[in-house]
Amino acid sequence: MKSGPMTSMSKTASDAVTEDVLFEASGLSVSFGGIKAVRDVSFSIRSGEVFSIIGPNGAGKTTVFNLISRFYDAEAGTMAFEGADITNVPSHRIAALGIARTFQNTELFEHETVLTNMLIGHHIHRRTRLASDLLFLPRARRQELEFRQKAEDVIDLLDLQRYREQPIGSLPYGARKMVEIARALCLEPKLLLLDEPSSGLNPEETEDLSFWIEDIVADLGVTVAMVAHDMNLVATVSNRVMAMADGVELATGEPTYIQQHPDVLRAYLGH
Amino acid sequence: MRFVLKTNYGQDVNLFLHGGQRFWYGLLLAVVLLAPLVLDTFYLGEFALVFIWAIAGTGLMLLVGYTGLVSLGHAAFLAIGAYAHTYFLTQGLPFVLSVPLATMFCAVVGYIVGLPALRMTGIYFAIATLAFERISAFVIEHWEAVTGGHFGIRVPDATVLGSNVDGPVGFYYVCLGVLAVSLLATMNLLRSPTGRAFIAVRDSEVSAQSMGINLARTKCTAFALSAAFTGLAGSLFAHKIGYLAPDAFTVQTSIQLLLMVVVGGLGSLQGIVYGAIFLGLLPQAIAFARDVLPQRIAEIPGLEPGIFGLILILFLVFEPLGIHGRWVKIRTWFDEFPLYRKATYKRQRSYLRTERVR
Amino acid sequence: MEILQLLIIGLSQGCVYGLIALGFVLIYKATEMVNFAQGDIMMLGAFVAFSLANLAGLPFVLVFAATLLIMAGFGMALERGVLRSMIGEPPFAVLMLTIGLGFVIRAVAGAIWGNQPRALDSPLAGGIVEIQGLIIGHENIAIVVGTALLCALLYLFFRFTRLGIAMQAASQNQLAAYYLGIPVKRVFSLVWAISAAIAATAGILVAPVSLIDPLMGFVGIKAFAAAIVGGFGSLPGAIVGGLVIGIAEQFVYLFLPPGVSEVSAFILLLAMLIVRPEGIFATLQQKKV
Repeated sequence: MKSGPMTSMSKTASDAVTEDVLFEASGLSVSFGGIKAVRDVSFSIRSGEVFSIIGPNGAGKTTVFNLISRFYDAEAGTMAFEGADITNVPSHRIAALGIARTFQNTELFEHETVLTNMLIGHHIHRRTRLASDLLFLPRARRQELEFRQKAEDVIDLLDLQRYREQPIGSLPYGARKMVEIARALCLEPKLLLLDEPSSGLNPEETEDLSFWIEDIVADLGVTVAMVAHDMNLVATVSNRVMAMADGVELATGEPTYIQQHPDVLRAYLGH
Repeated sequence: MRFVLKTNYGQDVNLFLHGGQRFWYGLLLAVVLLAPLVLDTFYLGEFALVFIWAIAGTGLMLLVGYTGLVSLGHAAFLAIGAYAHTYFLTQGLPFVLSVPLATMFCAVVGYIVGLPALRMTGIYFAIATLAFERISAFVIEHWEAVTGGHFGIRVPDATVLGSNVDGPVGFYYVCLGVLAVSLLATMNLLRSPTGRAFIAVRDSEVSAQSMGINLARTKCTAFALSAAFTGLAGSLFAHKIGYLAPDAFTVQTSIQLLLMVVVGGLGSLQGIVYGAIFLGLLPQAIAFARDVLPQRIAEIPGLEPGIFGLILILFLVFEPLGIHGRWVKIRTWFDEFPLYRKATYKRQRSYLRTERVR
Repeated sequence: MEILQLLIIGLSQGCVYGLIALGFVLIYKATEMVNFAQGDIMMLGAFVAFSLANLAGLPFVLVFAATLLIMAGFGMALERGVLRSMIGEPPFAVLMLTIGLGFVIRAVAGAIWGNQPRALDSPLAGGIVEIQGLIIGHENIAIVVGTALLCALLYLFFRFTRLGIAMQAASQNQLAAYYLGIPVKRVFSLVWAISAAIAATAGILVAPVSLIDPLMGFVGIKAFAAAIVGGFGSLPGAIVGGLVIGIAEQFVYLFLPPGVSEVSAFILLLAMLIVRPEGIFATLQQKKV
């Protein structure tokens, strides 16, 4: 098995990053129909950083995210979030712990408006139960007003005002990508997983995206983990990068280090 | 075209968007409240039936239109509601207690049936509900002590606040009141987290899961609620038909209920009412047509279900959004005239295989 | 001996379920549409055969061939006329549409042939074979043999003919098959034709056992249960599921109170869905994100 020679290199990551480990995966493995999609991958995400996972197609990047979201069961290895083990936590509990995510090809609630999508993002913060919802008690009304206000804050942050009342089906692709990030932010997560946030965006939109990501980290104090293809974006926003190929980790470290790493170059250029 | 200036978030939370809506719905309410003054008994009975269908439709719309689960067996809940209510009445319970009890009973049955069913998706769920309907029909047919078996059971007369429920005017108001409450409850649900969780499950299960929505529990809740509304309709339906026998509730009843929500317009509350009017009046229209049509056609034995089927096909092919969808299109056409674009409501098609691996 | 007797009757009944289920699965595999009208197409096939045999008086071999051809044409017309516009629509819409189709077909059959049960003049009916005390009707043998032959034929078709392989490709991925130059739409028409012909075969084979009437298509609901018990989307699964249900019904009939047999298919289905929702031969998996 290949292994990056300098995985500990990451110690020199940017000053803004504290040393608190927010999320830690060790020895993660999973396979589908005999193919090892992820093999013995270990990494940690620190509070307040932007952590990127790069790699050619089929490297297992999205699979790592799906493991964190608990869509798949890991065959080996453990995951811990804020020091607590989450390896066997059911998928729907992950969000309540503080991990939100977006999807490679966007998975929005297609028939609803941007606003409704964002309100659904507040689900984990609900305090009403079925009975008070059916009767729409004052408690439920107050909660709705609060959710609405908070959704507006996110709309302001990401500049989505003109899409607010539009159904998702009528939005351009770039806007959908942003709405998905907005919806994830409504969960008020501690860790935000962005799966290929720049795919399908034009260069201008990608540049905007890098500003948003910086805002999200700086203003909201959210830690970001990102799967990306676009080396430019990764180099601009990331504190640390993990490179993967064929389900194994090649190297982890600062963007400049990764860009020159021989194993990474080999994986990308195919020698 | 109307522009609504919003000045506070309460406007997004309220039931009605603007004064115009409040006016028109108020007018509608006044009309249905005063209708018994002018309509004769026959029409009151027909309208009461429409209301009953609409209550059942609320249940099915929550499930099919908002949670995206298709039930081919909702006649079972209509039947369970009817039989349970009748049983409670014969045990001497008053109407006002018996109806809620029957409704709760249906909710519980729905929840229990939903427990295993929640592991299934799409077609599997539909077929499981069909199987459940067949089995419950079997139980109803054979549990003679409670249901009267093949011979059936008479529905006792009941009173609310001292007045007879089975009189045409009284029954009309009871059905109208229950419908109003059902619709209000559903509207409340849809503007709060529970209802939005249903919608989330409908549009994307993975995404709903990553938003922290418990798929199993959400589906179960939806199914139980849906069963409760349908059972509630069933308990009123018992009074409408007066005598319960197994052949009052068949697979065809389930299909008719589905037909109602599809024709009315999936995913809209107005659609429930349109669908119920359609379902309630169609048999009358067909009966009328039988008199007019040449005898050879009029005497076809399966004419009524055949026409139901044909209408269903026509709607699915030409107007899958139902009557409500067509109305929205017409309204938009006038609003945007002369700039209306046909593509605004173009259907999204998906050709990718998402479920299958082999 | 009684048990063996039941086994044989169950086997032949199961074959009928299996054949209808085969039609369901074939259409589902190729077009991802669920055809709820499959049982009614079988009923229509039986009536067509009835018209050709009893009213036109054609010889049976000719009746068989002509019915298959007519029904294949009907299946193709159905796909062209109604279902093609539904390609890419949500599965629920297609399901409802075919339920509607079933109602219409029943009404049309009722209009043409009336509601009273009819008996098909069939050389497969009437005789019995006695093997060491076992009494087996010719019609039961015909069903089992006919099903076996049809399965073999279908296997060879999908395994070795160009068209069969093209159909398999289209069933794996519509878009990819389209880009590779497979005429996906024509393939769909053919799939509907084949499955209508299979249903017609089932109709002709079952006609001597149960009389023909417009409501005989309701047996399709049980066949649907068979398809799911076998694992929706698996062709051998459809036949196996049919046999399981057919045989189970006979034994429930013998050992449990009257009436239970009628719902045993559904109890079996629910049990299957709870214990192993993917069926005996699983083909479904979670959506990939």
